[in-house]
Amino acid sequence: MSDSHTPYHPRWHRQRVSVWWWLGSARYARFVLRELTSVFVALFAFVTLAELRALGQGPEAHARFLEHLSRPAALAVSLVGLAFVVFHTLSWFNLAPRAMALRLRGRRVPAAAIAAANYAAWLLASAAVAFFLLRR
Amino acid sequence: MPRRPITPLLWLLFSAGGTVAAMLYPVHVLLSGVVFPLGWLEPPRYETLRALVAHPLARLYLFVFISLPLFHWAHRFRYTLYDGLQLKHLTTLVAFVCYGTAAAGTALAAYLLWRFPG
Amino acid sequence: MPETVTLSVSRYRPEHEREPVFQEYEVPFRKDWVVLDALNYVKDRLDGTLSYRWSCRMGVCGSCGMMVNGQPKLTCSAFLSDQPPGPIRVEPLRFFPVIRDLVVDLGDFLAKLKQVKPWIVREREKPLSEGEYRQTPDELDAYKPFSMCINCMLCYSACPIYGLEPSFVGPAALALAQRYNLDSRDQGAAERLERLSGHGGIWECTFVGECSEACPKNVDPAGAIQQYKVSSALAWVRMLLPRGGA
Repeated sequence: MSDSHTPYHPRWHRQRVSVWWWLGSARYARFVLRELTSVFVALFAFVTLAELRALGQGPEAHARFLEHLSRPAALAVSLVGLAFVVFHTLSWFNLAPRAMALRLRGRRVPAAAIAAANYAAWLLASAAVAFFLLRR
Repeated sequence: MPRRPITPLLWLLFSAGGTVAAMLYPVHVLLSGVVFPLGWLEPPRYETLRALVAHPLARLYLFVFISLPLFHWAHRFRYTLYDGLQLKHLTTLVAFVCYGTAAAGTALAAYLLWRFPG
Repeated sequence: MPETVTLSVSRYRPEHEREPVFQEYEVPFRKDWVVLDALNYVKDRLDGTLSYRWSCRMGVCGSCGMMVNGQPKLTCSAFLSDQPPGPIRVEPLRFFPVIRDLVVDLGDFLAKLKQVKPWIVREREKPLSEGEYRQTPDELDAYKPFSMCINCMLCYSACPIYGLEPSFVGPAALALAQRYNLDSRDQGAAERLERLSGHGGIWECTFVGECSEACPKNVDPAGAIQQYKVSSALAWVRMLLPRGGA
């Protein structure tokens, strides 16, 4: 409730915003889910750090690490995490064009074109990563 | 000059980290978190992976891969706590925890990558 | 099609009650009626004490904004037949103090609007003898959508940040600031920077995007804010470079 410029008036009714405001509509709830994707991003960054450390410590340490990742609980988290990071990618690419008002030859570049370029880059980057990680 | 001159920098880190995460995290989570553990495809052998990571470009890649998305999370989660849990009154603590964690992760990544054998 | 529909209207009479209460009215259900028609029917035939604002009844004045079934809408454009079956809930615009019934106080917005200087700022005014400020169609296109704002405040009611952060300038004010920042005749971007980039400015926005969804004029305030974040962040980087990047 914004009242920094509204003089206090005892008879005006001000509703306090509930801490559960984001449950008030499906769109708000989806927004919060979108924001929570960052938690899984951070989680996976730390998992990568852990793997990096294990890799540097030797084959046994790394094998132990990989075994941890194969546990059912870890797999469940990975699956949920995958859904969240993909949701991050989709929402990021769909929102990114709104932040750029690009003009080419005087006409506004359509949002779909910018999103498509992002998706193409995503495909290329993913293919490149897969290439490096699938080498034996 | 804005009253909070650091905010544009934090937002740039958030944007860069969000783009890195959007482009690269799905394939990495898919392979490392699902495909390799489930055995659908063969993961790289230890020696191959270690040699790959030891390469200077790979070290740079991993540093960016870990650090920028952490700052993306820090900035975004900070506002999620402010708006979702209405913790604006704890603003200093929240900022310290969020950016501090990201900084710690970045420092650890730098250390591990600098000291990586090979 | 049913003959009548129930309007469940929020009433608040500070001389009688401390909290708003809902009062139900049975109004005719006409295919071509909007919620405003139903409210006018209530005021004319059922209950003359109901207070609300309206004017043009055609979606250009921005006076009749209210919450219809929990969504901010212009009641002159919200058809009764578009609502889901059942009573139609009509409440005052969310996140504003309620003066009476469906009437809210907009003083906060008006003060914040003034702070972003929504007018052409010139370092030096051209004298009349030098003629008009000329602008090409492309230059007009650069800011035109942001100029379509009718100050209806639906975006403020859609924005959770406005509800949570008292200092937040809000979507419409930021879109209007950007309308002038992007106007080729304007030279006031630096003057607006302090308010826009400081406390309660663009950095409070987390791109929920509901403001642009609610806007009846396709202003896209969310887009305006994100674009300003980009340009202001780049300006900040340039300022760090030696000689300000010049």
